[in-house]
Amino acid sequence: MGHIQLKGVEKCFGDVMVIPPLDLEIEDGEFVVFVGPSGCGKSTLLRLIAGLEDVTEGTVEIDGHDATELPPAKRGLAMVFQSYALYPHMSVRRNIAFPMKMARIPQEEQERRISEAARVLNLTDYLDRRPGQLSGGQRQRVAIGRAIVREPAAFLFDEPLSNLDAALRVGMRLEISELHKRLATTMIYVTHDQVEAMTMADKIVVLQAGVIEQVGSPLELYRAPQNLFVAGFIGSPKMNFVDGTEAAKHNAHTIGIRPEHIDVSAESGEWTGIVGVSEHLGSDTYFRVSVDGFAEPLTVRAGGEVDLHYGDTIHLTPNLDQLHRFDAAATRLA
Amino acid sequence: MARNVTTSRKSINTIAAGALGFLMFFPVLWIVILSFKTEGNAIKAPLEILLNTGWTTESYGAVQARSNYFKHFSNSLIISLGSTFLGMLIAIPAAWSMAFVPAKRTKNVLMWMLSTKMLPPVGVLIPIYLIFRDLGILDTRTGLVIVLMLINLPIIVWMLYTYFREIPGEILEAARMDGASLREEVIHVLVPMAIPGMASTVLLNVILAWNEAFWTLNLTAAKAAPLTAFIASYSSPEGLFYAKLSAASVMAIAPILIMGWFSQKQLVRGLTFGAVK
Repeated sequence: MGHIQLKGVEKCFGDVMVIPPLDLEIEDGEFVVFVGPSGCGKSTLLRLIAGLEDVTEGTVEIDGHDATELPPAKRGLAMVFQSYALYPHMSVRRNIAFPMKMARIPQEEQERRISEAARVLNLTDYLDRRPGQLSGGQRQRVAIGRAIVREPAAFLFDEPLSNLDAALRVGMRLEISELHKRLATTMIYVTHDQVEAMTMADKIVVLQAGVIEQVGSPLELYRAPQNLFVAGFIGSPKMNFVDGTEAAKHNAHTIGIRPEHIDVSAESGEWTGIVGVSEHLGSDTYFRVSVDGFAEPLTVRAGGEVDLHYGDTIHLTPNLDQLHRFDAAATRLA
Repeated sequence: MARNVTTSRKSINTIAAGALGFLMFFPVLWIVILSFKTEGNAIKAPLEILLNTGWTTESYGAVQARSNYFKHFSNSLIISLGSTFLGMLIAIPAAWSMAFVPAKRTKNVLMWMLSTKMLPPVGVLIPIYLIFRDLGILDTRTGLVIVLMLINLPIIVWMLYTYFREIPGEILEAARMDGASLREEVIHVLVPMAIPGMASTVLLNVILAWNEAFWTLNLTAAKAAPLTAFIASYSSPEGLFYAKLSAASVMAIAPILIMGWFSQKQLVRGLTFGAVK
């Protein structure tokens, strides 16, 4: 079981309020991602759940029991750190065994769980090595192994992939998702990378300055961002925003349109612009287009093989169904 | 071609470094050479000493006959180990709390401790001497253990603080998440990770205490006199006895030199800890 509920949780460091009171419910078995820019309080929130930081106000409930005053060891949660935080003086086997040793689990049971975890995580051949002799990806797998064997109520991941190189990150992302499907245990995952959030989460919690901006499934956030911050943060490349008269035409203070929701034509369209720099990704090409009367150039997606060059004049038509409208307070208009 | 240049430059550097090293080692070597000469030979011109004089161990015999080496040796041993042990006992909790639960003024406290090392010791010699006299611990090993512990305490605290700071906080948090109590966290995670640092701190402080001459000379007469006093007694008003002085010096530095030799890997690692990753 891993049902976690935060009620009026608030955190201050000295006089600075990092997290104003917030409520959040995490269902058993859910994969929840806390996402936001650096310093938005997502790691602090995770550490409050873990018990590594004390809440200033409010309660943390785990499976219906008030865990606010419980030390981390008693909460039944396992954590995977950004730096892996392996014990450098212990072999991989002893690293993985450590939480079971602390829990006084019988030796045979420890052995069974270690070999099971090692098999799942492809670590069988490395059990007698020290963490220093492993690659980054292997170290991260040991850290995950150490978390699995405890059979925790929930897994907490604190930016676990940010120390890995790009290729490895994609692989580990899949492995963690796979693990979640297999174990069906609650996972809370902190990242600043919205791609990780979109690809892995059942539910995304977008945070800014300690405040929850929106909670929802990846597609909900993509389709109906509640405010400008979420709209700009979710989706890659970023959503284009247009203010002024163009927005006023749609009865909004600001309109947002994603690069993939703009049709490109050589002959005619609603807006006319000049092609700037382009990024060819093979499958797609992203153009920066300076449109007459717009303060910022737009990012536009076109096919991978499209024949457009720097300085060309093109015509753009936004897909009106996919147009997002926001008022002066940056909130979504229905 | 480029390769040739590098090789020749490399050999020049090697020769220069070797020469410099030899220059620094030479006084010690010369002491060893003199200690194996007769008093008469030891005051001859250096080249003559090297080429035309025989070798003898009579100085060592004379030194041992005049003063009891092993008494001084055991004094040195007790004082250096005792002061280091006592210092560690006080410094470990101090460095621990400063490294893991720092307060606003922790840095100031550290600086203040270091600043005591900037004071010329002779400035406080009279008050300390008087306090020792009144407490009746002049010329006692207890007195020396206390004063050397105090002298080296700032260094011990600083070194340990640096080592403890190097232990990533996340590893301790991981232990906490893994269900370790504070005691288990200390025994299974902190101590094993801090042992290399603690070992080099102990080694360095044993060496510092062993070599400390100011306080050991000024606060002892006969009973508690360590090897530093043993050496000093050979540069006496009776005249200089180069061979015996050298023999005494060799006997005094040999133990620490041997210890240093066998632990040099640990020492170098300890002293460059944090600088090289």
